[in-house]
Amino acid sequence: MNIEEVKTKAREFVSQYLNNEEVDPDVDLFATAMVNSLFAMQLVLFVEKEFGMAVENEDLDYENFKSVNAIGAFVCRKLGLTAAA
Amino acid sequence: MIIELSEAQRESQSGFRDFVDRLVAPFADEHDRRQEMPPELIRQVAEAGYLGGVIPAQYGGSAMDAVTWGLLCEEIGRGSASLLSLLIVHGMVAQALIKWGSEAQRQEWLPKLAKGEMIGAFGLTEPNIGSDARNIETTAVLEGDEWRLNGQKRWISFAQVATLFLILAQVDGKPAAFLVERGRDGFSTEPINGMLGFRSAMLAGIHMQECRIPAANLVGRVGFGFSHVAGTALDHGRYCVAWGCLGLAQAGLDASLAYTGKRKQFGAFLKTHELIQELIADMITQIRAARMLCYQAAYLKQQGDPSLIMETSIAKYFTSRVAVKVSSDAVQIHGANGCSDSYPVQRYLRDAKIMEIIEGSNQMQQIIIAKYGYQDHIMNQRRQRSENSGSKAE
Repeated sequence: MNIEEVKTKAREFVSQYLNNEEVDPDVDLFATAMVNSLFAMQLVLFVEKEFGMAVENEDLDYENFKSVNAIGAFVCRKLGLTAAA
Repeated sequence: MIIELSEAQRESQSGFRDFVDRLVAPFADEHDRRQEMPPELIRQVAEAGYLGGVIPAQYGGSAMDAVTWGLLCEEIGRGSASLLSLLIVHGMVAQALIKWGSEAQRQEWLPKLAKGEMIGAFGLTEPNIGSDARNIETTAVLEGDEWRLNGQKRWISFAQVATLFLILAQVDGKPAAFLVERGRDGFSTEPINGMLGFRSAMLAGIHMQECRIPAANLVGRVGFGFSHVAGTALDHGRYCVAWGCLGLAQAGLDASLAYTGKRKQFGAFLKTHELIQELIADMITQIRAARMLCYQAAYLKQQGDPSLIMETSIAKYFTSRVAVKVSSDAVQIHGANGCSDSYPVQRYLRDAKIMEIIEGSNQMQQIIIAKYGYQDHIMNQRRQRSENSGSKAE
C-alpha cells in the first residue's frame, strides 16, 4: 500500500459523510458544518480498522485528521509507508 | 449467518442471572424507595468482577468481549436500572481512559477502577447545558503544573459516592477532559433526590470552585475532550443503555406473563383474554427485535467497525422506546396493582423513561439516525451505479 491508496480509501470513507460529493483532498473537514460530532470517532475507527493500526493519545492532533491528505500522511507516517512503496 | 451465544457466553449469562436473581432484583424496589444503593451491593458487584468488565486483563479487569458485556448489562438492567447506571458511568470513565488515557494514567487508575477501589462518574451535563454539550460552561485554566477548574455539573449518576470523575470543561473555548478525584480542594457534591426514575442511582450535582488538579490529569488533548474522549465514553454509554433497556423490557414482560397467569377477571385468567394476548404478543415481538439490534451492535463493536457508532445509536433509540412501551403496557396489565409500589412494574416504567433521555436524548438520536439513513441511501445508489456499469462493461 502507498500513500495514494491510503488517500483513495480515506476519500471514499469521507465522501459518504458528505452526501457522496467529491472531496477536495485539502479541504478542512472540521472547519465547515459538513460533518457531525460523531464523525471524529467514526474516522478514528475507520483508520484503525482499514489500516490495522491504533490511534492513540499522542496522535490526537488536529493536523492528523483535518483533511484527506492529512489522514493519508498520518497513516503513512504511522505505518512507515512511503509515497513510492 | 449464525446468531448464537458461545458456550462461554452462555455460562457467563447464567452467572449474571444468578447474581441478579439473588442479590439485585429482590431488593431493587426497597433501594428505589430509600433512594440509595447500599455500599455492600456495590462491593459485591466489584467482587464479581463486573466493575472491571470492560477493562483489559493487564490492568486487572475482567476483559469481557462485547457480547458478554452486553449480556451483563441486560441482566443487571433486568434487576435494577439504577445499578445498571453504575456499570454505565463507571465503564464510561474506564473506556475513555483505555482509549485516550496515557499509559501512566492507565497504570494508575484502571486497576483501581477494575477492583472497585475507585468508583467512576461522568461529568458532562450542567445546569444550563444538556444536549448542547459542546457549549458547556465549566472552565479549566492551566497554571504552572496545575489545572484550575470552575463550574457546575448536574444530574451526575453515582456522584454521591464516586471517587474519580471524568469532567468536561472548556480551555480557552476548546473542550477538554480531566480526571478529578473526590477530595480535591474546591470540589464538592450535593445529593439530588426526588427523581422520577433511577432513584437509587445516587445522583448528585458537582461544584468546582477554584478546584486544582495536577496537569497530568488531562485526558487526551485540549480540543479533543468532546469529540474523542466524551465521544468514546458516550458511545460506550449508549451501548450499555441499549442492552440494559433490553433487560428492563424483559423484566416487564416476565412480570406480565406471571401476573396474567394468576390473576382472574370475569372468571378467567387474564392470559386467556384476547386483548391481553395482544399486549403480550407485542411485548415479545418488540423485545425480540430489540435483541437483534443489540446483537448487531455487539458484532460491530467486536469488529471495531466505524458503523458501530450509528448502529449503537439505533439500538439505544429503539430499545429505550421498547422499554417504555413494554413497561407502560405491563403497568396497564397490572391495573391498580401496577401503579402501586407493591409491584415492580411502576419502577420499570419510571426507569424506562430515563433511558429515553440519558446518553443523548432520543430526539438527538433521531436527528443523527435520519442523517445516517440519507448517507446510506446515497452510498447504496453509488454502489448500484458502480455494479451496473461493471456488468455493462462485461
